[in-house]
Amino acid sequence: MNSLSKPSAVARLTLWAYCLYLILPLYWLLTMALRSNQDILGSFTWWPTSFTLVNFAEVFTNPVWRDGLINSLTYVVLNTGISILVAVPAAYVFSRFRFLGDKQLFFWLLTNRMAPPAVFLLPFFQLYSAVGLFDTPLAVALAHCLFTVPLAVWILEGFMASVPKEIDEMAALDGHSFGVFFFRIFLPLNRAAIGVTLFFCFMFSWVELLLARTLTASAAKPIAVVMTRTISASGVDWGLLAAAGVVTLIPGIVVVWFVRKHLVRGFAMGRV
Amino acid sequence: MQANQNRAWLGVLPVVLIVAFSGVIPLMTVVNFSVQDVLDVNTRFFVGFDWYREILRDQRLLDALGRQLLFSATVLAIEIPLGIAVARAMPREPKGRGWGAAALLVLLALPLLVPWNVVGTIWQVYARPDIGLLGHGINALGIHYNFSQVSSHAWITLILMDVWHWPSLIALLAFSGLTSIPNQHYQAAELDGASRWQVFRFVEMPRLRSVLIIGVLLRLMDSLMIYTEPFVLTGGGPGTSTTLLSQYLATMAVGQFDVGPAAAFSVLYFLLILLLCWLFYTAVVKRDLEQDFARQGERAAHE
Repeated sequence: MNSLSKPSAVARLTLWAYCLYLILPLYWLLTMALRSNQDILGSFTWWPTSFTLVNFAEVFTNPVWRDGLINSLTYVVLNTGISILVAVPAAYVFSRFRFLGDKQLFFWLLTNRMAPPAVFLLPFFQLYSAVGLFDTPLAVALAHCLFTVPLAVWILEGFMASVPKEIDEMAALDGHSFGVFFFRIFLPLNRAAIGVTLFFCFMFSWVELLLARTLTASAAKPIAVVMTRTISASGVDWGLLAAAGVVTLIPGIVVVWFVRKHLVRGFAMGRV
Repeated sequence: MQANQNRAWLGVLPVVLIVAFSGVIPLMTVVNFSVQDVLDVNTRFFVGFDWYREILRDQRLLDALGRQLLFSATVLAIEIPLGIAVARAMPREPKGRGWGAAALLVLLALPLLVPWNVVGTIWQVYARPDIGLLGHGINALGIHYNFSQVSSHAWITLILMDVWHWPSLIALLAFSGLTSIPNQHYQAAELDGASRWQVFRFVEMPRLRSVLIIGVLLRLMDSLMIYTEPFVLTGGGPGTSTTLLSQYLATMAVGQFDVGPAAAFSVLYFLLILLLCWLFYTAVVKRDLEQDFARQGERAAHE
């Protein structure tokens, strides 16, 4: 450590101010979740004066919310699994071989990441209804592949290209079959890359809602869509809405906590 | 080599198939709709580019386009410098190993993992003048603030929300780039008497270049596609003052069921994002190549 790599006082102040800016809306969401509706609408207080767990009790006991959470996690996990499964071999191929149209194919994949979901509202509805997948978690998982698969290939290719090709050749010289080399040697070398990719697939599938809402009706409704239940003719149930919002934060926190080391190291290694 | 090529295509085949299913088929459907007038399932006419002509004359669409470009330019101009500044202020190894550093990482990554409608909900609850901390706070200062009635307030709230949501992406990417800089580089810079600005410009920026290209491209695409957060926060209002492209498209396609114009709009929308990303990419990469050539020329001149 020396003086130049240490942040200046102004920089540290920026960081603290920014953290405060990030925390305040979350703090407010949490206090709302812990108050009853009469309390919220009755009088304004800067911090909660009376606590209640009614809102959380409703979210955790009413099966509608539980099913929503399960539906969301199902399609996110399906999507992440499919994305990694198809992106790993493709990224390996892009990082190792030159073949006819490889650059064009890679670029074409990326263009899919640039397509606005709103563009696909109508055709997706028709397509998934036609193949009988409408209102299933699989439909949402496949639809989200539109942006997670190109991103996964993009990230993984960057990492894999930075692994020297000599490793492939040495493994072949040592008499390892391709399968042994790939699963025992190559993939463990790219652990951090896969961690980062998992994070990004999870993130973009978990947060997207326009497609998830369009492709589900009742059976596969994601939790974030169930939240519209709190808005009725008699007004918004702010406490319940906030409690549900808090619950949707939990999977994200768990995932970040597990990949936090890979997140930084992983990016630093790859040229992405 | 032939065997390699065959195996190569085998490796990319699953990706091609899955993206063809979730990307190409729907896009073809959209293109198909955009040149036809569909009256019912069996009656449809080929209308050529009529829908394209019609939507290019649609004043509300052009307004939404203007707002969209203004929105994207504003949030990128704030988020990218802010993200870099935050990354530079984060504690690095060995200081960055403790609980504090881990908690900071989780806090930074958290906004990225909030479902987009919940982002809208959080900010609605936070900014409402009657029950929100921000809204109530601003009004307590004597400024009349109400984002659901005043257009400029809605805009500011929208920008504040996006600046809450996304700088973390840039910060995390930039931070990982910074951690890859060996400490010797800083020591060398110190010996040379470099200023902080010079260190940033000549030691840190070159290392950040590739991660920042990714970051800016992702932000550019996503800011142009934004839908859910403003939909929940302002519903595009008051009036149409915060209606951006995706929301206008959704109203057209699902709300009014104008399939033809909506499809033509979709095609142009997609092409616009492609064009902007391509312009950014070629501008950055081309300038870099030119600099490389210039440097090579200098080197050749020295020798």
